[in-house]
Amino acid sequence: MLHKRNPQLNAHGELIHLLSIEGLPREVLTGILDTAGTFLSVNDREVKKVPLLRGKSVFNLFFENSTRTRTTFEIAAKRLSADVINLDIARSSTAKGESLLDTIANLSAMHADMFVVRHGESGAPYLIAQHCAPHVHVVNAGDGRHAHPTQGLLDMYTIRHYKRDFTQLTVAIVGDIVHSRVARSDIHALTTLGVPEIRAVGPKTLVPGDLGAMGVRVCHDMADGIRDADVVIMLRLQNERMSGAMLPSAAEFSMNYGLTPDKLALARPDVIVMHPGPINRGVEIASAVADGTHSVILPQVSFGIAVRMAVMSIIAGNEA
Amino acid sequence: MKILIKNGRVVDPASGRDERADLAIAAGRIVAIGQVDEASGSYRTIDASGCVVAPGLIDLAARLREPGHEHESMLESELNAAAAGGVTSLVCPPDTDPPLDEPGLVEMLKFRARKLSLCRLFPLGALTRGLAGEVLTEMAELTRAGCVGFSQAEVALRDTQVLMRAMQYAATFGYTVWLRPQDGWLGQGVAASGAVATRLGLSGVPVAAETIALMTIIELVRATGVRMHLCRLSSAAGVALVRQAKAQGLPITADVSINSLHLTDVDIGFFNPAMRLTPPLRQGGDRDALRAALADGTIDALVSDHNPVDEDAKNLPFGEAEPGATGLELLLSLALKWGRDVGLSLPATLARVTCEPARVLGESLGSLATSAGRLVVGGVADVCVFDPEVDWPVAPGSLCSQGRHTPFAFGSTGMAMPGRVRATLVAGTLAFEWR
Repeated sequence: MLHKRNPQLNAHGELIHLLSIEGLPREVLTGILDTAGTFLSVNDREVKKVPLLRGKSVFNLFFENSTRTRTTFEIAAKRLSADVINLDIARSSTAKGESLLDTIANLSAMHADMFVVRHGESGAPYLIAQHCAPHVHVVNAGDGRHAHPTQGLLDMYTIRHYKRDFTQLTVAIVGDIVHSRVARSDIHALTTLGVPEIRAVGPKTLVPGDLGAMGVRVCHDMADGIRDADVVIMLRLQNERMSGAMLPSAAEFSMNYGLTPDKLALARPDVIVMHPGPINRGVEIASAVADGTHSVILPQVSFGIAVRMAVMSIIAGNEA
Repeated sequence: MKILIKNGRVVDPASGRDERADLAIAAGRIVAIGQVDEASGSYRTIDASGCVVAPGLIDLAARLREPGHEHESMLESELNAAAAGGVTSLVCPPDTDPPLDEPGLVEMLKFRARKLSLCRLFPLGALTRGLAGEVLTEMAELTRAGCVGFSQAEVALRDTQVLMRAMQYAATFGYTVWLRPQDGWLGQGVAASGAVATRLGLSGVPVAAETIALMTIIELVRATGVRMHLCRLSSAAGVALVRQAKAQGLPITADVSINSLHLTDVDIGFFNPAMRLTPPLRQGGDRDALRAALADGTIDALVSDHNPVDEDAKNLPFGEAEPGATGLELLLSLALKWGRDVGLSLPATLARVTCEPARVLGESLGSLATSAGRLVVGGVADVCVFDPEVDWPVAPGSLCSQGRHTPFAFGSTGMAMPGRVRATLVAGTLAFEWR
């Protein structure tokens, strides 16, 4: 087979789409984090706008429902002075039987400059990136179980903010990893940035042994998993996993893997606790932890806007 | 019409014949192999210098999408694809629209294919009505209409009681049951379980989906004595089970697709929907085991697993794309490539697409049983003439098939295919000639 260029990079190795963190060079990744740092102050200014995307049209294409992610992308695009068009496709064209690529062709004809895409199928943003006009940029805002790269980047921004150096860290990711695009993006980012110990913690139904191939240590015991961790990333337990054949009940999951102050005491004294949100209080995380001194869940949200501004401004500045 | 194929390298895998010779054809049959004097009859001559003259290929798995796609003339285009690929006989599974569960549907399909006279068509009948896995079909009626065996195609039969009864009934009359071993519950993913599926976030089909189904089928073959053909094995563990069952003398044969023989899950790359296939592409160790099993005879035949999927059904996110790839025109080349890779002689390589699949079909071929897949004087003149030295790039637009999607397109593999068909004869009539 031919070795195909990573479709999110141009011939000069510059980022033209953000589809996955996998395969991104470390310099590209740290470049995004550095740029995000410069935007953080914009968010604190009285006039929260810079003109980098003035005159550009950003289309939020959400084939799957989301309020939070879509809102942060909208805020980020507006702070870059772009025109933002929100399309709730779950309720419009695909319901009328239009194919994904027809939808993309139609929106391209409306002179879109950037698509921010969330889709229930892994890999859908790749298909879109391969079929849209060369000047159009695609940002993956979450595809199936595959990737949620801007969440991964904002998680890295958060860790760097509190821990500075990645190369000495132990990071534990706890919960439903097999179905989590956030976990996959975090794992790729952490390995790229040189984190020596990444643990995936949960029962075998949610943390299968195959994950070892991604460079993580699989732990089925919560105490082993978070002992001496510098960073604990709790994942949201989706409602549909709380019963049936994946888990017997939310309560039993919580008993074994829910993050409580007792369990957190096993981690390092300066541990930070992260969560991509929205949280299920009392299921994967106790309120005392979510609201406690180790929690950086709300700073994650603020950093998220700066990171998304950085991603959009960088890819808009590179040509296919 | 009388045809003389001159100066070719005549290879008949069944008899071991491999020599420079002429092949004379009259009234649909081979009348002479050896030195034939052109003046001895008014022959139309085909110059086969530098070419191999082989039996026409027999493909045990090709979908023609008819009934269901008559409006697109798909039967004609796909049978043209068969002829262009040197395939003179093919077996089509019953998962058409509607499924082949009534004699009338089978007769109509056979009639339409015969009128085109491009390739012999051997349909499999549905094992259960509507492939629903509940009620047996009229197997004797379907056999009379032309079915060569009975199959559930891609629809898993979850009720083992029905499965056993179907096998008992088929065994009563000596019919062969064709099943692709895949557990209905474990087989619901879109890619093979493993590191690639995990990394890409694609739902997985574990090896156990194949091995559990195989163990069930093997035990029911032991209990019922039915003749069983296992379609498109995909895993090393599956191969081991089949090898064991054959060693025990169970009446089992098996095939593998060109896709599983040459590709692995790594080829999915960046969610390439051309790699969305059933069975799913597995890991390198599985591919190696399949290649070795085809060489040592554990797997009897190589099949194209041809399935023309249209653009709208394929240009979708990986998990939503319809599984399948065009393959009839690639079967010969990919057999040759495999043979070269594993160091097999040309006759032994060609056996897997000629006399071995004929042996799988056995008595169900009727009067063709003694000569299909062979080159014998007095036998039917189903012949494939190909140039083994020509490498050709697969360009989807240049194929006869309406299926444009193949994992082997030059644009994605950078790999040219060895061997080009020059002429295909079915019952002594030219079905394809390369120009």
